[in-house]
Amino acid sequence: MGEAIVITSGKGGVGKTTTTANLGTSLALLDKKVCLIDTDIGLRNLDVVLGLENRIIYDIIDVAEKRCKISQALIKDKRFDCLYLLPAAQTSDKSALTPEGMIEIVEQLKTEYDYILIDCPAGIEQGFKNAVAGADKALVVTTPEKSSVRDADRIIGLLEQEDIDPPNLIINRIRNHMMKNGEMLDIDEIVQILSIDLIGIVADDDEVIKASNSGEPVAFQPNTRASIAYRNIARRILGESVPLQSLDQKVTFFDRLKKVFSK
Amino acid sequence: MIVAGNRCITIKGTRDGLILFMDDTCAFNDLLVELETVLMTKYLADDEQSIRIKVELGNRYVTESQEAQLKALFDQQQKFIVEEIVSNVILKQTALDWKEDTAIKLHNKVIRSGQVLEVNGDLLLIGDVNPGGKVVATGNIYILGYLRGIAHAGVDGNKSAVVAASYMAPTQLRIANIISRPSDQDKDGGMMECGYIDETGENILMDRMHALSRLRSELNAFERRILHG
Ligand SMILES: Nc1ncnc2c1ncn2[C@@H]1O[C@H](COP(=O)(O)OP(=O)(O)OP(=O)(O)O)[C@@H](O)[C@H]1O
Ligand SMILES: [Mg+2]
Repeated sequence: MGEAIVITSGKGGVGKTTTTANLGTSLALLDKKVCLIDTDIGLRNLDVVLGLENRIIYDIIDVAEKRCKISQALIKDKRFDCLYLLPAAQTSDKSALTPEGMIEIVEQLKTEYDYILIDCPAGIEQGFKNAVAGADKALVVTTPEKSSVRDADRIIGLLEQEDIDPPNLIINRIRNHMMKNGEMLDIDEIVQILSIDLIGIVADDDEVIKASNSGEPVAFQPNTRASIAYRNIARRILGESVPLQSLDQKVTFFDRLKKVFSK
Repeated sequence: MIVAGNRCITIKGTRDGLILFMDDTCAFNDLLVELETVLMTKYLADDEQSIRIKVELGNRYVTESQEAQLKALFDQQQKFIVEEIVSNVILKQTALDWKEDTAIKLHNKVIRSGQVLEVNGDLLLIGDVNPGGKVVATGNIYILGYLRGIAHAGVDGNKSAVVAASYMAPTQLRIANIISRPSDQDKDGGMMECGYIDETGENILMDRMHALSRLRSELNAFERRILHG
């Protein structure tokens, strides 16, 4: 029985789709059987980032409305045999997808896949509720900006009301020099405000954008900062303890606190 | 100890005046009748100086009107000054009200953006109030954590309510009907601070937390009320 993880953020454009594509790729690289679900009805992107756009025949709404079987709608990745995508619909009526419909789809996929990653739309409306409905766990993505952290906080509050494990945090698009100069919230500050466990940090990296445009997630590249970061997060999802990548951070208050207490 | 040959009332003289112990098993009316006679007895009546009186009711509960009746008897003569009428018992409702007013409502969680926590009485929050979150109490608000959102103490109009936080960096502080926000320069906030309404009743001031013991000594109200009955 697999595990369903929703990737969500509240605020738009902070990297949910990028994270979903890259974690899916990284988990597949680790030989896991993975299915990605795009729930951003009307604004689907995940297929583009994965370079699978031209293979779509059926979509999630077709599945929900029983116009096709799940297996007919799933698209196999170009690079892996163990990575699949259930694409969002681009045109259909949004209200055709319901939390119950989602749960049914996710439960069915869980029997065949190790991990189901659900790419959540921005916002806290119906789309969010659908995406969360079938999930066992949640990853909250934020960037080191106040407004993004604020929305992440809102989302965490909503997730706490769901029947779901406490979410983990990914801080995306970190720009080291700005953090050092105090022009961006630093990692400790964000973790302190959101008070949930940090599962990974991803640098702001032009390679991510280039990779998205070429339809091949950055996680494939052997040695860029972002690809290492995504692969590390995937290993942490599998339960390995992988130290946070050094971003040249000073020893911080919370690190010190932990050290003092763990002696 | 002077026993005036009565059934219900025992009188004891002290340096400060007289203490009248009222038997708590006899009928209230008998008590009134007997009190009237006692107060007329010669040795009390003859004394010219004013006499301070304390009445000990024991385990008897008296209503407000009964208490007034007792006082009226003493008032018939100028020289009696009733200092106190004390009883060991109060109404259950009064006790519950005390408890409700003074009980501290403990919550252990993070109040996140978009969330509101409201309590009757005082709030002790073990956790943060994040930006966009809000805590509201009819009494005082104590936060063991970061206050970064909004806190509204004394929401029913209690101007002596206070807000105290381990780390005070609110977007707004509200006490009763007064609303304030930190100046645009003061973005960082401070450790162990409190907010209260000043003597004019118009402004919310901030101070170090230990100033509370001086500014709001009545915060120990429950202890005091219990001690003084
Ligand atoms: N670590 C990164 N470094 C550089 N660019 C990034 C990074 N993460 C995401 N981006 C870029 O940010 C943009 C938004 O990312 P993405 O589409 O993943 O966000 P989203 O949260 O899914 O947005 P939406 O809310 O619209 O669904 C994309 O152009 C993406 O390439
Ligand atoms: Mg997206």
